[in-house]
Amino acid sequence: MQLTERHHQYWRKNLRLTAVLLAIWFVVTYVVSYFARELDFTFFGWPFSFWVASQGALVVYCVIIWYYARTMNRLDQEHGVAEKEE
Amino acid sequence: MAGVTPSSGGGGGGMFSAGSNAAFKKQLNKVYTWYTGGFFVFIIVLAIAEQMGLSREYIGFIFLFATVLLYAGIGFMSRTSDASEYYVAGRRVPAMYNGMATGADWMSAASFIGMAGTLYLTGYGGLAFIMGWTGGYCLVALFLAPYLRKFGQFTIPDFLGARYEGNLPRILGVAAAILCSFTYVVAQIYGVGLITARLSGLAFEIGVFVGLAGILVCSFLGGMRAVTWTQVAQYIILIVAYLIPVVWLSVKQTNIPVPQAIYGYQLQKVTEAEKKIMADPKEQEVIALFKARAVEFDAKLKDVPAAMAADKAAAEAKLAELRGANAAAVDLQAAEKALAGLPSNEADAKKAWTAAKSANEARAKPLAGMVPHAQQYAGDPNGDEKAQATYDTSRRNFLALVFCLMIGTAALPHILMRYYTTPSVKQARESVTWSLFFIFLLYFTAPALAVLVKYEVFTVLVGTPFDQLPAWIANWTRVDPTLLSVVDINKDGILQLGEMKIGGDIIVLATPEIGGLPYVISGMVAAGGLAAALSTADGLLLTIANALSHDVYYKMIDPNASTARRVTISKMLLLVVALAAAYVAAQKPADILFLVSAAFSFAAAAFFPSLVLGVFWKRANKWGASLGIASGLGITFYYMVTTQPWLRGVFGVTSPIELWWGILPISAGLFGVPLGFAVIIIVSLLTPPPSPDTQRLVEHVRYPDLNLGKA
Repeated sequence: MQLTERHHQYWRKNLRLTAVLLAIWFVVTYVVSYFARELDFTFFGWPFSFWVASQGALVVYCVIIWYYARTMNRLDQEHGVAEKEE
Repeated sequence: MAGVTPSSGGGGGGMFSAGSNAAFKKQLNKVYTWYTGGFFVFIIVLAIAEQMGLSREYIGFIFLFATVLLYAGIGFMSRTSDASEYYVAGRRVPAMYNGMATGADWMSAASFIGMAGTLYLTGYGGLAFIMGWTGGYCLVALFLAPYLRKFGQFTIPDFLGARYEGNLPRILGVAAAILCSFTYVVAQIYGVGLITARLSGLAFEIGVFVGLAGILVCSFLGGMRAVTWTQVAQYIILIVAYLIPVVWLSVKQTNIPVPQAIYGYQLQKVTEAEKKIMADPKEQEVIALFKARAVEFDAKLKDVPAAMAADKAAAEAKLAELRGANAAAVDLQAAEKALAGLPSNEADAKKAWTAAKSANEARAKPLAGMVPHAQQYAGDPNGDEKAQATYDTSRRNFLALVFCLMIGTAALPHILMRYYTTPSVKQARESVTWSLFFIFLLYFTAPALAVLVKYEVFTVLVGTPFDQLPAWIANWTRVDPTLLSVVDINKDGILQLGEMKIGGDIIVLATPEIGGLPYVISGMVAAGGLAAALSTADGLLLTIANALSHDVYYKMIDPNASTARRVTISKMLLLVVALAAAYVAAQKPADILFLVSAAFSFAAAAFFPSLVLGVFWKRANKWGASLGIASGLGITFYYMVTTQPWLRGVFGVTSPIELWWGILPISAGLFGVPLGFAVIIIVSLLTPPPSPDTQRLVEHVRYPDLNLGKA
């Protein structure tokens, strides 16, 4: 029962992807909210930070999750750890 | 709406080939397309019936019974006593349908009814809920869903028990799961009672039990399988019911049917209206009157006995004067009632006047106490010291609340449990995408709804003469004056914003009437709220019953129990828990909304650190996890008990309130989560590492298919 180098590589790539997506999540959520008062310029009618909190962040969250699922499902294939069912 | 048989084909669990999964999905598509069509036909038929004179009362009844019967029917058709079907719906729910079911499971009465109201009342501040309750799914996707699916057991305490080698972490997990799910389910059943009462005119307590019947038939007979297919049906109803009125209101105000895209411009108009209202001398007159009233009560409070005597004397003098003048019986009765209604002892008087004083003070503020809608945070970073401090605290609390709601979302057992039901890890990942997409549809509309209603109130309603107010105001005032009341305070015959008192829960329910839609749409919105509350209650009850039957009974008391026996025990427990929750809800516990938010902080502190470290750090061990869960929960609980007024009352805490960094009790999880992580790491490093078997389990969950021979 020994993991191969290929397995370790898979897990490292997964961690890297997770970290990058988490950083995006953090910026959109906390950094934008922290500077909400400063980011007050008009964006299609909304103050920008209001728009981010009510729509922009939500869209980014959806994209993060979608991208993670897509990339990981491909990574499974490339590293031979995909499930056989389906 | 007949012919809904989503649970076709084989009853057993086990593996399904790709072909059978695809066929199953195709069948589901067909059934739910027909179902959605049927729902629209149902609405249209009712709308025609309304035009032909069907009374509102009947429309309410038809909505109530048709939907509850539908859910019960799906439950009956999906009945099962197979363990895999009962606990995890046979693990063959396609990603998209699991996403819909998670959406309904997730969106509770608070999301459907409460959120737009909160946004209406608090503006930008309310967006913490929007971000918190959606951003948490990023954490579910990145840290939990795929790994839990690979682990592939039945409950969340199951994972803790297996990963942390023992019954101690498992039982802590069970306790935490019950603590957060039970408070949450009480709130849902309370919501069910309210909506049922409003739809049908039945008493609240009866409403609770009618709703409960619908929940029980479903989860009792079919467990996770029935709940899943019912939740999909409920999602369709609730999203249609939420979107139609908002789109209509948008067309009415702007001629564009995409409210989400254009409400920025309405927000600008609201901001202008806010400036106008704040500068209006008539509004200031109303504010001054409220201030005067508050001062009056304050004066009374300074010498309670004297004020009581004066009140009594005045009321008696009035009565004597009316009697002497031979006034009308109505006036006499009113005067007698006023006299009888005076507080009888000093304590009562003090309590009543303190409440009246703060109520008047609350209303003696610009914009009826609301902040300007688009303004981020209270206070002013460039103002004096006090304004700066207010600004900092306000911003810190906003960020803390977002944090707790996000981590809590990613740790609520009834949501995580849903990812056990997909056929594969791949589909579990995709399923989170679908979940957030379906949740997004509602959450991205709620802020639009709040702004559109505010526009209607600020620009159309304010300034209207009292005798020309639209009918919905009178209707809702009659239903519940605490939700909506208008009184001409300054007697100028025109409505000022300050003269209107509005409760958040009314915004969604009254939108169809505000938009001038027929009553059938109001009925549909109420049915949508009912679907939201019922679906969440279903998922929660199942979580509690499964934790007790699977983790406590099967894993700890009788490991040799047969599957049939386990399922039967689970069903019995479900009944007991449901009745207990209904009993508590029927008492109308005071601070129900606080309890719901508390559940997020508890879940965050208890589960998030132990679950995430369980997957990402092999070294985390039994003692670390157990102490981490206990200390995280402990500090969260301690902070709430010492700072939240209602809990302080319950536990008899009398020491002065000491907020840490000004964080409000609702965000207590902010302290519990980091402490949980820290304790797990420190204690694990001080104690021996977990066994090689457990380390292999961690490797096993990290790879969707760890075929070491082949790779």
